[in-house]
Amino acid sequence: MPHHQPVESSFVDSFAALPLGALRAHSLRTTEEEFQKSLGAAQPSLEDFAQLISPAGADQLETLAGHSKALTQQRFGRAIRLFAPLYLSNECINNCAYCGFSRDNPILRVTLEPEEVMAEAQALAEQGFRNVLLVAGEHPKFVSNGYVEQCIRILHETLPSLSLELGPLETDAYQPLVTAGAEGLVVYQETYDRNAYRVHHTAGPKKDFDWRLATPERAYAAGFRRLGIGALFGLSDWRTEAIALAAHAEWLLKHCWKAQLTLSLPRLRPCAGSFDPIDPISDRDLTQLICALRLFLPDVGIVLSTREPATLRNGLIPLGVTLMSAGSHTEPGGYTGAGSDKLHKTERGKMIALTEQSSEWATGATGQFDIADERSPEIIAQQIISLGYEPVWKDWDAALTP
Amino acid sequence: MAVAPLKIADREFASRLILGTGKFASPELMRDALEASETEMVTVALRRADLSGEKDPFANILEFIDPEKYLLLPNTSGAMNAEEAVRLARLAVAAGLPKWVKLEIHPDPRYLLPDPVETLAAAEQLVQEGFTVLPYINADPVIAKRLQEVGCATVMPLGAPIGSNGGLQTRDQIRIILDQATVPVVVDAGIGAPSHAAEAMELGADAALVNTAIAVNDDPCRMARAFAQAVEAGRMAYEIGLGATHATAQATSPLTAFLDE
Repeated sequence: MPHHQPVESSFVDSFAALPLGALRAHSLRTTEEEFQKSLGAAQPSLEDFAQLISPAGADQLETLAGHSKALTQQRFGRAIRLFAPLYLSNECINNCAYCGFSRDNPILRVTLEPEEVMAEAQALAEQGFRNVLLVAGEHPKFVSNGYVEQCIRILHETLPSLSLELGPLETDAYQPLVTAGAEGLVVYQETYDRNAYRVHHTAGPKKDFDWRLATPERAYAAGFRRLGIGALFGLSDWRTEAIALAAHAEWLLKHCWKAQLTLSLPRLRPCAGSFDPIDPISDRDLTQLICALRLFLPDVGIVLSTREPATLRNGLIPLGVTLMSAGSHTEPGGYTGAGSDKLHKTERGKMIALTEQSSEWATGATGQFDIADERSPEIIAQQIISLGYEPVWKDWDAALTP
Repeated sequence: MAVAPLKIADREFASRLILGTGKFASPELMRDALEASETEMVTVALRRADLSGEKDPFANILEFIDPEKYLLLPNTSGAMNAEEAVRLARLAVAAGLPKWVKLEIHPDPRYLLPDPVETLAAAEQLVQEGFTVLPYINADPVIAKRLQEVGCATVMPLGAPIGSNGGLQTRDQIRIILDQATVPVVVDAGIGAPSHAAEAMELGADAALVNTAIAVNDDPCRMARAFAQAVEAGRMAYEIGLGATHATAQATSPLTAFLDE
């Protein structure tokens, strides 16, 4: 396993000193001349990034897209890497206003047994996936560390590249997961706006903004090779989120220098608990943001999930995206129907069996959110080929993470 | 013969151009570009290949590389330390690939610069195990010598970071490596234009390795030809010997010719 030195400082301190408001204001009043200067910068600064996502830049989107396309091809080649999420559990002790898994949502829940997880993994492997993201709600009782470790160990043979998206842990708790074979850790800050964070996270350990913000550093210290961060667009002003995310990425590249970094830019999708997005980011804005991120961070992977519709995903393939999910299910057991016999509701940490009346609609667990691109992995791969790119399924060998 | 053959370990190669196989738009295009380049040695990232022997249709890059035509040079890209690189190299041999390895250890996934400490440790181990080791290194003459001392078959200094198309930014260091070399020197990484490859060959490099500049081009086959010609031209010029350079103009009709009349 990689030997990473613990990170001496923390992004929490840098974040406190970040002039987010000023950078956003600067972005909004950027002139065309300033945008052009940032577009030509050899090594763009965070201020340049703010100028690249400006309203002035929106008028020059075609030019920006051309730069981003060329840079992405040079750094990443004509290739799109494919992955799928595998949901282990939708149990959760947090209440997040925008998330279908929130503990107070009366949804159908299940935690897959390790052998059921293996069945899901085999279904994904048959579709071609060699790179899978294991996702679970935060629930120490149902989703214990030992359980996750066991899942990683049995999946590693079938799936050489495994990343995790779980409730944040301490470095010591991450270490056995790395040793078991997990390669990447994904944790979205959700929103970098402290006020919005407080409003939307009303219960559970996730309430602690700083604890979450420092998670990638703890994961790096534990030896993860890949780190994924992101903001959930629709919880606060999108430019503020984008600038903070870019600053976080820049900090991680400097301090966690051995880790490969990916950025995700999910937009809120319909889910249980219905939540109306704040300052929704349009397709045009999202495109500008992806291209601006590419110029600011040429070597960072950019992820585009099935939250986005097929037409937009096709259009964004050449412009800066490097990693796409395909055929995703956001409910545990979604690929095989595994776990459907154990569906239940959870109240105050206790399982409540389904009643007779409810059984007729209880065919599967509830998903985290609705997906928009429902094409099969095979169709998506063909689409990638028709755009002149190679769909890459395997980009990692199990020998690297024994 | 246009230029002298390249000799690495016990093998001879007519072409002095080595190709990488990443970043192509499709495996078919990669295969065609290899053909067009007339290369005889190609390197493949082991992490992308199927090493299980089960002919995985989702990781079938090796099926597009004819082992009769090309020496397949497995590379350890993705390894962050000596232990991982050695493990990958052993796995490749177990999967039936040649016992040659392009040793790449870059702990930094951003600039992909090689770790000299880990590379030396891995090279020593792999040479002992009978591998023909071709290590990717920064253009550091001392690490180049240290690797030669432990028995590496070549050294492969970078011209500029991988994929940067930056050209021979390390020119002066490469000159020293060439001056001190007792094994072939392959300039690897950063070669973005045929003129960069020609320059490396004119300096006396024994071969050049190119990937990004061909793979991401709109017409990889023609660009592969362009590189092949540049490598050959540069080598030929080196073998013949370039004229001396002068700070001032040297008239082609000498000013003092009348004295000999």
